Amino acid sequence: MHVLSAFLTGLLFGLGLIVSGMTDPSKVIGFLDLAGAWDPSLAFVMGGAVAVGLIASRYARRRTAAFLGGAMHIPAGRDIDRRLVFGSLAFGIGWGLAGFCPGPALVSFGAGNDKAAVFFIAMLAGMAMYEFAESRLRSARPPQDDR
Amino acid sequence: MIDWAQFTPWRSLLGGTLIGAAAASLLLLNGRIAGISGIVGGLLRPAHGDVAWRAAFVAGLVFAPAAYGLITRLPATTIEAGYPILLLAGLLVGAGTRFGSGCTSGHGVCGIARLSPRSLVATAAFMAAGFVTVYVVRHLLA
Repeated sequence: MHVLSAFLTGLLFGLGLIVSGMTDPSKVIGFLDLAGAWDPSLAFVMGGAVAVGLIASRYARRRTAAFLGGAMHIPAGRDIDRRLVFGSLAFGIGWGLAGFCPGPALVSFGAGNDKAAVFFIAMLAGMAMYEFAESRLRSARPPQDDR
Repeated sequence: MIDWAQFTPWRSLLGGTLIGAAAASLLLLNGRIAGISGIVGGLLRPAHGDVAWRAAFVAGLVFAPAAYGLITRLPATTIEAGYPILLLAGLLVGAGTRFGSGCTSGHGVCGIARLSPRSLVATAAFMAAGFVTVYVVRHLLA
């Protein structure tokens, strides 16, 4: 059941990305281009998603187990460290350069787009670089929470 | 100046609501945060009993265009970046989201919905970096 619900929620997430306009890199860059002809649409994507998420998060906080069983894996970290800030800055630069973030890249890869496939493979390579660096550091520091 | 020709508030709000509903479902049904970079990244560090749900979620995302295509035609998309820039951007997005523990979904949607201070800082950082990058590429280098 966990696997079926993960597939269906992934599918719904992907449909949401397509409907919202997030899978069109030129629209994403239009949103990030404050100094040009600015397209504020993507603020509405975030607004809609966060509004639903706020309700779900409040409800989830009171639960000790998931509906389908198993623990609630909710990140509890509170440290605002250099990894968080510099990692996010690097992500933002890549996002601004290509107009892709991970979800839309996967959806566009699924649509059979060659450029999205190249971005997706490079993204996996970047994640593998993190795993390599992390495996060298892991013995020395506590694990970070994943989102 | 707002580009009214491209502005799609209702479509984007509807899409955002679907994204929120998906994130809410994964959280309540599976007890998992719908952070794409974390879900994909976890597949590169496979742990027993932790692979199938991640692979299924990713398969759902990849299958979404085909499902959408059954109902109506996929919206047109434009990727302006060339292959070398896409390679560089992909590396930055992959490494950056993993070091930063999240992306637009994990921090920008799920984390902000939880009012997580880490996610608020991360979202401010990647949005600011995105704004500056587009400004440099479109207005200083062009």
